[in-house]
Amino acid sequence: MGELRLMKGNEAIAEAAIRAGCDAYFGYPITPQSEIIEYLAAEETHKRTGMVLLQAESEIAAINMVYGAASTGKKVMTSSSSPGISLKQEGISYIAGAELPCLIVNVVRGGPGLGTIQPSQADYFQATKGGGHGDYRLIVLAPASVQEMSDFVKLAFDLAFKYRNPAMILSDGMIGQMMEKVELFDPVPRNTEFDQSWVITGKTADRERNIITSLHLESASMEKHNQELQKKYIQMQEQEVRIEKIQCEDAEFLFVAYGSSARICQKAVDLARAEGIKTGLLRPQTLFPFPTKEIEKMAGQVKGILTVELSMGQMVEDVRLAVNGKIKVEFYGRAGGMIPTPEEVLKAMKQKIIGG
Amino acid sequence: MEIKDIIKEENLVYSKTKLLTDTTLTYCPGCGHGVAHRLLMEVIEEMNIREDTIGISPVGCSVFAYDFMDIDMAQAAHGRAPAVATGIKRCWPDKFVFTYQGDGDLAAIGTAETIHACNRGENFTIIFINNGIYGMTGGQMAPTTLPGMKSSTTPFGRDVSLMGNPIKITELVAQLPGTYFVSRQAVHKPANVRKAKKAIRTAFEVQQQKKGLSFVEIVSNCNSNWKMTPIQSNQWMEENMFPYYPIGDIKIEGKLIKTN
Ligand SMILES: Cc1ncc(C[n+]2csc(CCOP(=O)(O)OP(=O)(O)O)c2C)c(N)n1
Ligand code: SF4
Repeated sequence: MGELRLMKGNEAIAEAAIRAGCDAYFGYPITPQSEIIEYLAAEETHKRTGMVLLQAESEIAAINMVYGAASTGKKVMTSSSSPGISLKQEGISYIAGAELPCLIVNVVRGGPGLGTIQPSQADYFQATKGGGHGDYRLIVLAPASVQEMSDFVKLAFDLAFKYRNPAMILSDGMIGQMMEKVELFDPVPRNTEFDQSWVITGKTADRERNIITSLHLESASMEKHNQELQKKYIQMQEQEVRIEKIQCEDAEFLFVAYGSSARICQKAVDLARAEGIKTGLLRPQTLFPFPTKEIEKMAGQVKGILTVELSMGQMVEDVRLAVNGKIKVEFYGRAGGMIPTPEEVLKAMKQKIIGG
Repeated sequence: MEIKDIIKEENLVYSKTKLLTDTTLTYCPGCGHGVAHRLLMEVIEEMNIREDTIGISPVGCSVFAYDFMDIDMAQAAHGRAPAVATGIKRCWPDKFVFTYQGDGDLAAIGTAETIHACNRGENFTIIFINNGIYGMTGGQMAPTTLPGMKSSTTPFGRDVSLMGNPIKITELVAQLPGTYFVSRQAVHKPANVRKAKKAIRTAFEVQQQKKGLSFVEIVSNCNSNWKMTPIQSNQWMEENMFPYYPIGDIKIEGKLIKTN
């Protein structure tokens, strides 16, 4: 059994990054995720593992530092919250275009604009549909506990390197700030032996020079690159979908929710079952790739689906696409840092799905 | 005597720079970018550091520098080359890292990245090509466009009461303790070429000694967008650019030697 600790979600991300052998972190402070850079600073990562830590002058600089360091094959990450993630979008698009592995953490707060520092899930579209310009996808992982904040750091790096694609942990202010027991994984040695075939560390006599670029001026070459990227995204959709199903075996009504909302829905499932209503919860752990097939399958079993989000309704569109009109799909959500109670969510299920 | 009698080993006074590829330069004939590329590659070759050198190309006419420089390179977003270089150099403190940037890239959209990399004293080299205009996008005003100078977005000349004065970013970064060597050069005449090369060499030696940021501005021409012949543009540069952007070292061994 790994080391047990009581930690904030943000701290768990930072500790997991060190343990996952992360080589460098570049970031700019923003609530509710500043504990990540603060924890790393207090840990003196350069002494613990040699990990580089730099507070950049902006999120724009930070993501471009990630681009540079990732170009050399290093395991690198940045973290921010919604407005800061918006600033990073150009850089993320470049990273996806140049096919560089890295980890980006978004501890989402309410928007639009400067919004609020309270938890939100309103960055779903931005995270899963591109966010920056051009046809690209991030691998998006959605932790629902402090434990997953830790575990998904390792998973995100593994997937990022497997696909040479940026990976995002899409968390929110609630999971970032709350404290829970977490079992930490044992430290992984830092990557010193890595695939040298594409990295830029100086052209040696034994290989061709390498170039990291997202520029393809000629249309045919640009299209070909887009097609290659699509192949990767399709492979992810086939191989990397991860979900958790809670009390789904005999469920007649289904909640679909991720992250904090899933925690609330899990409680609502218990409340419903105490009243004799057979509900279940399908919790996507990967938002891209999205569990389309799994939800489609459930649509053959249950009578209706309620999607619950801390937003005005974003993931519900993907749920509806998956269900494709087969059964009723409704949405319930609160925004701006307002958190629904399990009772409230169950009431919505009754009104919109069961009674409706 | 025929040509073939002249082309002999003993008569060779110049050969192609080894670290330039055979790709035809996309720069306009007469443009200073090509000479600047050559000098940079000669310095890397002469210092024998290609195996440890990583270059960053900008967005601008030199976006394709990686097609011409036969070394490992990354292409950066517009203005972000100093941040990309920071990411690399922090992870690989013993490698040589340089950025190659135009005036729009370095002194407009990338001002924050430039100043903060200089202020942190990042141990890399910035090569700054100042041609007073946006070359790649067709001759719009740059932060370095001279007062009264015409561009496609200042067709009646830059009005400083509306657009401010051209920014002397090189003097600005020289003020920061993080910069160790700051120099302004040109590449339009053989004597200037020699001095520019010496400055680039010094800049890389500063990296080797891990003394801080080294910054070399090259005041250059954009004959196409200045709408002049190459010769006219070089003359215009001497008469108009040099008085505003005086050639010479500005900071040596961390000490300001010249204030403009
Ligand atoms: C974010 C962004 N904004 C604008 C552009 C368009 N753009 C490309 S190059 C350039 C100006 C380049 O001028 P400069 O840096 O002076 O280099 P030069 O071409 O003169 O060598 C601009 C505005 C871009 N590629 N990206
Ligand atoms: S447009 Fe200007 S800067 Fe660009 S290659 Fe031509 S002359 Fe040089």
